[in-house]
Amino acid sequence: MAVNDISFNIPSGEIVGFLGPNGAGKSTTMKILTGYIPATEGDAFVCGLNLNTDSLAVRKLVGYLPEHNPLYLDMYVTEYLLFAAGIAGVKNPKSALEKSLELTQLSPERNKKISQLSKGYRQRVGLAQALIHDPQVLILDEPTSGLDPNQVVEMRNVIKNLGKDKTVLLSTHIMQEVEAMCNRVILINKGKIVADDSLQGLKNSSPSESLESIFRQLTSHVGNI
Amino acid sequence: MWEIFKKEIRSFLGSFIAYIVMGVFLIITGIFMWLIQGNNVLDLGVASLQVMFNIAPYILIFLVSAITMRSLSEERRLGTIEILTTRPVSDISILMGKYLAAVALIVFTLLPTLFYYYTIHSLADPLQGIDQGGTWGSYLGLILLAASYASIGMFASSLTDNQIVSLIISMVLCFFWYGVLNLLGDIKALDAIGKSLEWFGLDFHYQSISRGVLDTRDIIYFLGFIATFIGGTKLVFESRKW
Repeated sequence: MAVNDISFNIPSGEIVGFLGPNGAGKSTTMKILTGYIPATEGDAFVCGLNLNTDSLAVRKLVGYLPEHNPLYLDMYVTEYLLFAAGIAGVKNPKSALEKSLELTQLSPERNKKISQLSKGYRQRVGLAQALIHDPQVLILDEPTSGLDPNQVVEMRNVIKNLGKDKTVLLSTHIMQEVEAMCNRVILINKGKIVADDSLQGLKNSSPSESLESIFRQLTSHVGNI
Repeated sequence: MWEIFKKEIRSFLGSFIAYIVMGVFLIITGIFMWLIQGNNVLDLGVASLQVMFNIAPYILIFLVSAITMRSLSEERRLGTIEILTTRPVSDISILMGKYLAAVALIVFTLLPTLFYYYTIHSLADPLQGIDQGGTWGSYLGLILLAASYASIGMFASSLTDNQIVSLIISMVLCFFWYGVLNLLGDIKALDAIGKSLEWFGLDFHYQSISRGVLDTRDIIYFLGFIATFIGGTKLVFESRKW
């Protein structure tokens, strides 16, 4: 079992950092929330809809960037985004495309093949794909992994911007990321929630220490024995 | 479903698979029909496309498997399956979109052979002496046969994320259902069992439709065959949820 009895609530308009060491169950939780796999027990709700019974309805409201950002490399950027709009059931794909290109600042690369793009731009294509149907909720699995420092900063700005009118749940294991973007932190370890607090609250819990050492304290295996 | 269908067709055209499949099919059937000494249409002196309809099932085993080998395995390898399945489309419409795209490509591949039909039709003595029922029946049979291959190919593609493994599994399964079951029917020692095994094979029903008599039992057999393999594909496709 990858996750065990996780329970949390995210109000709309929040950027929540979903933290944990590798293998803690972050991706599994996200896969459940996006309807890729069902929860073996219990219920998950997005926007008040139960994923076990209304999976298709939930998927209309959720944008998802999977881990490792899978893409069709032989497609062109606009071609791929129009396809994404099509399978998301977008009524007006052309304008959705323009909006999504603008939000992710992809316009200069719009006519290129995805395989020609740098990693940073590919990541933006992944994000643009998740945004194309103007979802209420964005679920981003390690959106900045593997990017260079400049690209990381740009990506963070894009996500922060999006967080103004969407609920964003993003996973990471980098603490600076959380400090730079999130209002709230959910920390899980071995499939269980070990902390769920606002960023400030987490800092205040042990004011003398950095976020990194708080993270290490809560998730290190030695500490638990 | 149609979004997936369109994407598949575009990817066939973009990856050259479509052109290779069509080219290879036309070249090989062309060689058998017009060039091979002693066995071509002109030497046989019979106004029919039988030469093509005899050889096509074997060529199609390879070509249809090549068309479908990447259909699901590539999505799994790239991880894009996670994008498709977290969109508001049901699993079955993803599969049907992909399946119908493969069938459409096959039908498109067969279209140029209508030139052969026209040629023989014009050469026949008396004019138009070609067996209409047999020819159109054979075309329908060939499409149903290839559509059955496509369902096998998609099933094979759902089993693995390796395209080559998928291709080989698909070819073996197609050959089993088309060729091996038919051969079992010829073994005298098997007697009635052999005959009923033959009935389960694709060739039995292909031959039956090729005679130009549309028997609903044959149509139902093909549709059932296709539905079974698509059902199997769906089962494997959904196994991520277990």
